[in-house]
Amino acid sequence: MAKMELRLTGSGGQGVILATIILAEAALSGGKNAVQSQSYGPEARGGMCKAEVIVSDEQIWFTKVQKPTFLLALTQDSLEKYSKGLDRDCLVMADSSLDLPESLKGMKVLQVPILETARDVVGKSFTANIVAVAAINSALCLVPFEVLKESVMHRIPKGTEAINLKALEEGAKLVRS
Amino acid sequence: MSKKVLMQGNEAVVEGAIAAGMRFYAGYPITPSTEIAEQSSVRLPQVGGTFIQMEDEISSMAAVIGAAVTGAKAMTATSGPGFSLKQENIGYACITEIPCVIVDVQRSGPSTGLPTSPSQGDVMQARWGTHGDHPVIAISPASVSECYFLAIRCFNLSEKYRTPVILLMDEIVGHLREGVEIPDHLDIEVVDRRLHTDKGHMPYEADEKGVPGWHLCGIGRYNITGLSHDVSGFPTNSNEVTDKLVRRLMGKIQNNADDIIEVQEEYLDDAETVVLCYGGTTRAAMSAVLEARAAGYKVGMFRPITVWPFPEKRLKEISSGKKVKRIIVAEHNFGQIVLEAERIVKNDCKIDFIGKVDGTVITPGEILEKIKEAE
Repeated sequence: MAKMELRLTGSGGQGVILATIILAEAALSGGKNAVQSQSYGPEARGGMCKAEVIVSDEQIWFTKVQKPTFLLALTQDSLEKYSKGLDRDCLVMADSSLDLPESLKGMKVLQVPILETARDVVGKSFTANIVAVAAINSALCLVPFEVLKESVMHRIPKGTEAINLKALEEGAKLVRS
Repeated sequence: MSKKVLMQGNEAVVEGAIAAGMRFYAGYPITPSTEIAEQSSVRLPQVGGTFIQMEDEISSMAAVIGAAVTGAKAMTATSGPGFSLKQENIGYACITEIPCVIVDVQRSGPSTGLPTSPSQGDVMQARWGTHGDHPVIAISPASVSECYFLAIRCFNLSEKYRTPVILLMDEIVGHLREGVEIPDHLDIEVVDRRLHTDKGHMPYEADEKGVPGWHLCGIGRYNITGLSHDVSGFPTNSNEVTDKLVRRLMGKIQNNADDIIEVQEEYLDDAETVVLCYGGTTRAAMSAVLEARAAGYKVGMFRPITVWPFPEKRLKEISSGKKVKRIIVAEHNFGQIVLEAERIVKNDCKIDFIGKVDGTVITPGEILEKIKEAE
């Protein structure tokens, strides 16, 4: 497997850090090496948030993403900021509500209704990160669905299993593997 | 060995500390060390320990010292601003020889700086933050796994030498999550402070290593003071006794440096250029060294795991070796360990410096560029 460098971006409070923790844990359970890190401002909510996962068969030394092979953007700000300077073969997943900037012309872009699915289909906006996790897993063929499900269940608060499972199932439907 | 689990550096510190016997934590939460307090508040009650959130960092350090006097293995964690506040009491623990562990997860400074950004700006504070001549042990992990094992080592060294030990972390490693294999607790070596068992001993009577035995709290009475004291623990104005005390305090670390110091060395056999790094910077350095090696550069890495006392003897051996032409010091500050390297290396070889103070991480590319620069 080639080394994958995933960058998930959005607004503080959307749960992109948790999304990367779940993806890293799933990759680890799937027998890969994974490192996860994040950068965010001092705010508790709001502000731009960037979280990263590197997945590889080899030992991972440097812990930060340098050349993303995948970018998720859940807000217009984060899409505009992080879509600059991407490699041609980077896969971009942008929420359907966002306008694609010029810089993404000719790039591989998946426009996925993550926020809408969480809000209207699952019924809770806060599940957007879990919808995204499932969509990303489908798009990148990272781990079997069951492995991902186990990681999600391990990391979510007790009592939210049913709604997160629904988010996971709906998210997986948004992108065909 | 159990299977690999995903863990954060800060969480691994707590698990390591508990494995080493930590049963008391007092702290005041501060980014990027907060998860250490959070995890301790969850885990300590599970193992019969005590977690206290104090009103500030000064009282946290005082509480840790108090708990340690009763025999508990105690820890606190903070970041730069809080580390500054703890300094006076760290000095108190140094002179009273009370074992404890202080974790400093460094962030960008000065003052409250960039709370969520990495830095290694507290290296000299770890050495000289508290006033007066005093012994210091500071250890700097470079991976989540090391956070676990070096937290254990901090406790063991603090118990063995009866001195506060600093786990000098940075945001890069503290907030990093990666796979870690937690060993069975039975496989972990745990050191406990040596007890004074027979009645004849004075509380500050030291053994041949320079370390006094421990008088159990609650059995008899003895005095603990930050003032200069004699073997009974009572204050003294004697210049002779004071000289003896300070020399013993410094000596118990200096004279046992070989036992305390750990280093990591990579590809030094034929290296002409050596990258000197520590803590989270190691990850970029190792990546750059491997890439440079693949491109045919004769480059190696030297990393003090124990930052204080600095591995002076070993660095001198390396720099005075015939092959080494250049040492590149990479650290997330304006130049702290590079001063130590210059002092030790002198004219043996050239020293180059990569320092960053903007809150971003030194990349492998930046180190690689320096490696490739014509000598």
